[in-house]
Amino acid sequence: MEYQRPSSLKPTSSGFCPGCMHSLATKLIADVLDDMGQQENSVHVVPVGCATLNLAYWKGDLVGAAHGRAPAVATGFKRTNPDRLVFAYQGDGDCAAIGLAEIMGAANRGENFTVIFFNNQTYGMTGGQMAPTTLIGQKTTTTRDGRDPLTTGYPLKMCELLATLEAPSFIARFALNTPKGCLEAKKAIKKAFTLQLENKGFSFIELLGNCPTNWGLTPLQTLDYMNTNTIPYFVPGVYKDKYAEVK
Amino acid sequence: MAKILMKGNEAIAEAAVRAGCRFFAGYPITPQNEIPEYLSWRLPEVGGVFVQGESEVASVNMVYGAAASGCRAMTSSSGPGISLKAEGISYLAGTQLPAVIVNISRGGPGLGSIQPAQQDYLQATKALGHGGFRVMVFAPATLQEAVDVTYNAWEYAERDRNPVMILMDGCLGSIMEQVEFPEMKEPDRKGTHAWDLNRVEGEKRSARLLLPYFPEALLEVKNKSHKAMIERWQKNDVQVEEFMLEDAEYVAVAYGISARVAKEAILRLRDEGHKVGLIRPITLFPFPKESFQKLNYEQVKGIIDIELAIPAQMHDDIALEVLGRAPIHDYCRSGGMLFDDDGIYNAVKKIIDGGAK
Ligand SMILES: Cc1ncc(C[n+]2csc(CCOP(=O)(O)OP(=O)(O)O)c2C)c(N)n1
Ligand code: SF4
Ligand SMILES: [Mg+2]
Repeated sequence: MEYQRPSSLKPTSSGFCPGCMHSLATKLIADVLDDMGQQENSVHVVPVGCATLNLAYWKGDLVGAAHGRAPAVATGFKRTNPDRLVFAYQGDGDCAAIGLAEIMGAANRGENFTVIFFNNQTYGMTGGQMAPTTLIGQKTTTTRDGRDPLTTGYPLKMCELLATLEAPSFIARFALNTPKGCLEAKKAIKKAFTLQLENKGFSFIELLGNCPTNWGLTPLQTLDYMNTNTIPYFVPGVYKDKYAEVK
Repeated sequence: MAKILMKGNEAIAEAAVRAGCRFFAGYPITPQNEIPEYLSWRLPEVGGVFVQGESEVASVNMVYGAAASGCRAMTSSSGPGISLKAEGISYLAGTQLPAVIVNISRGGPGLGSIQPAQQDYLQATKALGHGGFRVMVFAPATLQEAVDVTYNAWEYAERDRNPVMILMDGCLGSIMEQVEFPEMKEPDRKGTHAWDLNRVEGEKRSARLLLPYFPEALLEVKNKSHKAMIERWQKNDVQVEEFMLEDAEYVAVAYGISARVAKEAILRLRDEGHKVGLIRPITLFPFPKESFQKLNYEQVKGIIDIELAIPAQMHDDIALEVLGRAPIHDYCRSGGMLFDDDGIYNAVKKIIDGGAK
């Protein structure tokens, strides 16, 4: 099998840091759009965060949203254009901190679009501050001695939180540090898009990723780090699936 | 079409539907609730979409999303909610998406009061959000005018690819008056606008990007074209009512409900032989500068700024045009306390009699 650049991405080099899984996640989504022949029909709502870089790489239609508001922008677009395949790609600061109200609102209304949530447990773009998802004890530029739950609470589990809602159709989490995790994630993104095209409601795919730059690790080290630290807390799996029969 | 009796907020809502608005998102706040309430049933009737957002922040960003599809979209709120919409309005201006924002204004600052006031003039005309952009601001004084400016609002918003604000006090939002509605405009076909992410059926074009972020040199170019647009507004788009100005020795300046009450007082003063006139800005931005420039300052003995805002907010804009050629007096109330024509009559009379400081 020959691996090629997905045609949904422009033939430019990426500005993501070397070894950053934003690249990987972007490619997975683009691959799925290619597979499904949905490049032209897709509308990508781009957040604020390192993923803002996607404004420059994406070949399909896109609209940039304010920090945290991608689910609201997607709501407005999808409601007025039910035939388009709409997805928002959000970081953990974007989705789980400043945009918590917007993601909860959209999920609770069962909006018929897909949110892909890239959780790298930090604010990558602004230089590695604590995110709501930062692990207990994790050192960041605003938690120099490690995150202390006494003053900063506990890492927010978005899949578990959203799974308490009645409306969402499909909620699942995958880790991008193994080929297996990537393949499963890709399948799930495809399923989420398929459900959306069948008007089956809100889907949320969490992708556990890294930030080698702000974690202070080499890309290879981040793979082990994720196994030891991230995955035990943010357990991968399917958290809600109203349409288990759809593959 | 025959005239019908309608409440101000509902008249704006129906005018928006007639204008082809097919998307509304909003969050409840007094004194504008009749707008979302009306549109919650009216929009589905015409194939449009109503969403009650989880906040004003979410609502204005939904409007941003709907506007990105070429759909005529609107949101409405009042003071505290308009502050929350500031982010989204700035993004609309930044990404250059048309939309209409209605502020049915109340007392402020903070939670202020739910009673009518005109405390948001400066916010509307100077900085409706961060980043140094302006929007056209329409301030109707009658419900028919509210219908007309709402009906035309998207023509400006789409021409300029910029949000438009309708700023109307809670008093006009709540009163009932006879209005006549114009014809229903049908929404444009999908894909026809330059900012529309849709394609006209069969159209083959590459992707369209609606970008809120720019490289610095491009952003400067964009800022310059925004400036040029503002200059065009000043030249072409000012709307103002000049009332009994020819021989006026005293010129009242008022908009919205204040102008209506002021007019009654002026008619009484005229009956008594006092030469009083009125400049009523309909566009608060662009401000009717010319109306002040062409006054005969040999004849004008005083200008009286009449607003439901303390401190007066329009005063500085007036002063910039009057340039010291006549004294400017303020007669203001605020907090939800209203004018009556006795109040304005007495205040102007006192100024004429030289009793005012
Ligand atoms: C209203 C607002 N507040 C703050 C910022 C600054 N800001 C830009 S990106 C970002 C954090 C993004 O973190 P995350 O969503 O986790 O994305 P990552 O970069 O880690 O992928 C912040 C706080 C902003 N652009 N807008
Ligand atoms: S800062 Fe972190 S999240 Fe952002 S591109 Fe670099 S490695 Fe990726
Ligand atoms: Mg992050």
